Amino acid sequence: MQRTLSPEDFRQVVGGEHVREAVPDDAVDGVVPSIVVEPGSVEEVSEVLKLASGAGLKVAPRGSGTKMELGNPPAGLDVILSTRRLNRIIEHAAGDLVAGVQAGVRLEDLQEELSGANQMLALDPPEAEGTVGGIVAADASGPRRLRYGTARDLLIGITVVLADGTVARAGGKVVKNVAGYDLSKLFTRSLGTLGVIVETIWRLHPVPFASGTVAAELEDAASAGAAVQSILHSSLVPGALELRWRGGRGRLAVLIEGVKPGVEAQSRAARELLGEHGEARILDESEEDELWSELLPMPWESGGIGLKIAGVPAGLPDVLESVERITGRYGFEPEISGHAGTGVTFVGLSGGDEDSRAAAIGELRRGVEERGGSLVLVQAPAELKRRVEVWGSTGDALQLMRRVKERFDPGYILNPGRFVGGI
Amino acid sequence: MLDRERVIRRMEAVLGPEGVISEREKLRTYECDGLASYRVIPSLVVLPETAEQVQRVVRICNEEGVPFVARGSGTGLSGGALPVEEGVLIVMSRMRRILEVDIPNQRVVVEPGVINLWVTEEVADAGYYYAPDPSSQLVCSIGGNVAENSGGAHCLKYGFTTNHVTGLEVVLPDGQMVHLGGKAPDTPGYDLVGAFVGSEGTLGIATKITLRIVRKPEAVRTLLAAFNSPDEAGGAVSGIIAAGIVPAAVEMMDSLSIEAVERGVRPGYPKGAGAILIVELDGPEAEVEHQFEQVERICRENDSFEIRIAQNDEERALMWKGRKAAFAAMGHMSPDYYVQDSVIPRTALPEVLRRMAELSAEYGLRVANVFHAGDGNLHPLVLYDEEKEGEAERAEELAGEILTLCLEHGGSITGEHGVGEDKKKHMPKMFTEDDLNVMQLLRCAFDPHYLCNPGKVFPTPRLCGEVPGPRRELHPVQKAGLAEIF
Ligand SMILES: Cc1cc2nc3c(=O)[nH]c(=O)nc-3n(C[C@H](O)[C@H](O)[C@H](O)COP(=O)(O)OP(=O)(O)OC[C@H]3O[C@@H](n4cnc5c(N)ncnc54)[C@H](O)[C@@H]3O)c2cc1C
Repeated sequence: MQRTLSPEDFRQVVGGEHVREAVPDDAVDGVVPSIVVEPGSVEEVSEVLKLASGAGLKVAPRGSGTKMELGNPPAGLDVILSTRRLNRIIEHAAGDLVAGVQAGVRLEDLQEELSGANQMLALDPPEAEGTVGGIVAADASGPRRLRYGTARDLLIGITVVLADGTVARAGGKVVKNVAGYDLSKLFTRSLGTLGVIVETIWRLHPVPFASGTVAAELEDAASAGAAVQSILHSSLVPGALELRWRGGRGRLAVLIEGVKPGVEAQSRAARELLGEHGEARILDESEEDELWSELLPMPWESGGIGLKIAGVPAGLPDVLESVERITGRYGFEPEISGHAGTGVTFVGLSGGDEDSRAAAIGELRRGVEERGGSLVLVQAPAELKRRVEVWGSTGDALQLMRRVKERFDPGYILNPGRFVGGI
Repeated sequence: MLDRERVIRRMEAVLGPEGVISEREKLRTYECDGLASYRVIPSLVVLPETAEQVQRVVRICNEEGVPFVARGSGTGLSGGALPVEEGVLIVMSRMRRILEVDIPNQRVVVEPGVINLWVTEEVADAGYYYAPDPSSQLVCSIGGNVAENSGGAHCLKYGFTTNHVTGLEVVLPDGQMVHLGGKAPDTPGYDLVGAFVGSEGTLGIATKITLRIVRKPEAVRTLLAAFNSPDEAGGAVSGIIAAGIVPAAVEMMDSLSIEAVERGVRPGYPKGAGAILIVELDGPEAEVEHQFEQVERICRENDSFEIRIAQNDEERALMWKGRKAAFAAMGHMSPDYYVQDSVIPRTALPEVLRRMAELSAEYGLRVANVFHAGDGNLHPLVLYDEEKEGEAERAEELAGEILTLCLEHGGSITGEHGVGEDKKKHMPKMFTEDDLNVMQLLRCAFDPHYLCNPGKVFPTPRLCGEVPGPRRELHPVQKAGLAEIF
């Protein structure tokens, strides 16, 4: 593999001020790249990738950098390709409830622009400063996925640049469209391993007119499960169903959104249903803000260990019990939260030595996978990630995934090693 | 060359004689799908009963180098299930079991031949339904829905097939079986479920499908509003969207299609309407009541001269009956018609409809419009008479102009019927060569030997080459100079 490129070659493409030597803060899981390049257009992204792949340099695309910890430690890293300058909102067609944005636009900036027309992109990951490209690549989501789905359900068009510099578009700017393969979905959750996402087109939603929250205190895992089931199988249409859990008990919050009379009626109905399983009440506005600011952050500190378990909603009691039982045996007191309506649970572990961490996670993962779910190590020190595979099993689909990777990025230059099975 | 006798023997060994159809007369039944203008008689038809049989059939096709095409109920409208002449047609109609109903987790697992409506029937008692509702839902298969990413009138609010499939078991074109996604969300790895849905039978054969079911809404309200012109009706649609309302469905019919259904199923729509809208809201009672009043007001503000509100399920069914029968009713208006499936941004509706009327006048051919107004999916029906010299060609040309018009407004050539055989020639109007080549990288990952529903979707077939490893001998298509190596 030749490595004869110098930063100068990249400066010629993107301009001198947009290439810099990497600093320790640019490291990914301790692997420090050589340079950071910030292209200002799709064409420049293409030129940068052509240069890099021609020289066999390993490239990590980066947006705001909020998810750079996600994934196995890189198998190689030379260039950080930052999408920071691709920060243009290309079009907001309010009448069509559609917006086209460059990948480097921060979600909170986009939301602010859209709110002028009482519209929103119905994605609410905890990192509002994340870029839309990063959110797509990492498939970041939040509580309202219960109602609106995740990035895959809202992304209707995409422009990507492949490792060899080819620029390709799929989908379009109409909500309903089946022309050609749905590359938007292929690139969602691909963690930058198939190409660099440069533009995205989104289906938007109206901002709800009113909202309310009903909260219930739950004294054991079985009541938590029953409470969630009672809401899911009712005729309510909640915006979110969020759980916070610690030491065998916790709180469930139901977010209701819509028109004012609807919110009031649904809130009363939700309180009624939840009241069967624990103490339940409709919150007033200040309590509401307090509750959500307590519920929304991930249940781990920076530097701690964060797990994401995805299963089925009816498996909730089992997940809560087994997390506490198994990690407890290794001396942890897990902090738990979750999108209870969709089967997603987050677990924060702190303390413990590396052996007990690895063992607890391994044991937990086996149980989850046996029941058809997955356990992803979303945050952990690099040393632990070298011991415990981040993604877990992909079953019999891994070989096919490799074949996909090899067609799109045959040289394995994009985020090598970070994804499932070392892709 | 295909050794037909040997392939028949091998297939019979797997499926028994009753699972293989090889007489020419019987093969004719399968020569086309819902788009009868393309016809090809396949070399043979096989009817597997299990996923394992599908796998063995596909393996034989691989070993014999025979292309194959999956077929569900054959209602597709783009020639997607059109057989390959020297190929095998794999029909899913014997794989019709509902394998699992999991209400607590809101999932149903089915075999691909299961009919769309059966899913709803299966879970209705538990208060659930399967949301994607193509007009063909009485007959079309879930496997076909997955392949086409089918939509329906209620997809504006609830999304398309792709938003309701969480897991797939797929027999890949080389006979390997893979399990993608499942009941749980966010399966680590590429979202190959998302990539497979809508791939029109070119990436493999789905043998098991996990579907998301949706809780029946507490309230459903439906109104029918009559307007003097499509412009006014279009104004009402924009008004509804601008008010922040997401209806379950918004459907529009113009005067020609109203006339057609009145001659057919006679829904008794308001007389003299230039356009009617059917608007349906669903959800929690209080929510629906509040917004329904707004919708009514918006229709009046846009000069609706008559508004009917369905008072019960029978009245609602009657409103929908006319809409759902619209395609079939065209037979009352014209001996032949050509269905289009283009999509435009909703706001371009008035302009596109005006221009379409001009084109219709220029060509001297009538164009009826029945469409999903909420999401801009037009179904212009170009009426013509094949008996009249040159009219079929003119109709196709006019349909092509309508497509171009929609693309000029940022639209798509197909909203739900798929590209298939019929629209592949239009793909370059929407996508660059690079776009199409990159899409075909995905096909190469799934079907490097180009055996699975070959010739569909893409105007120029590309061969894949081997990545990595040594190159195989020349592919027959390549030998014949029909495709380039990619
Ligand atoms: C009167 C009428 C109304 C219609 N209305 C609508 C509508 O409202 N909305 C809409 O979206 N469509 C509509 N359609 C089109 C059609 O019904 C849909 O495309 C439907 O999904 C096709 O299902 P099928 O089982 O008939 O598939 P087929 O026509 O048999 O096949 C369609 C495609 O699916 C592939 N396929 C079939 N089974 C499998 C499998 N198991 N694995 C992989 N690939 C497979 C085939 O190879 C082919 O490419 C309508 C059609 C008719 C005739």
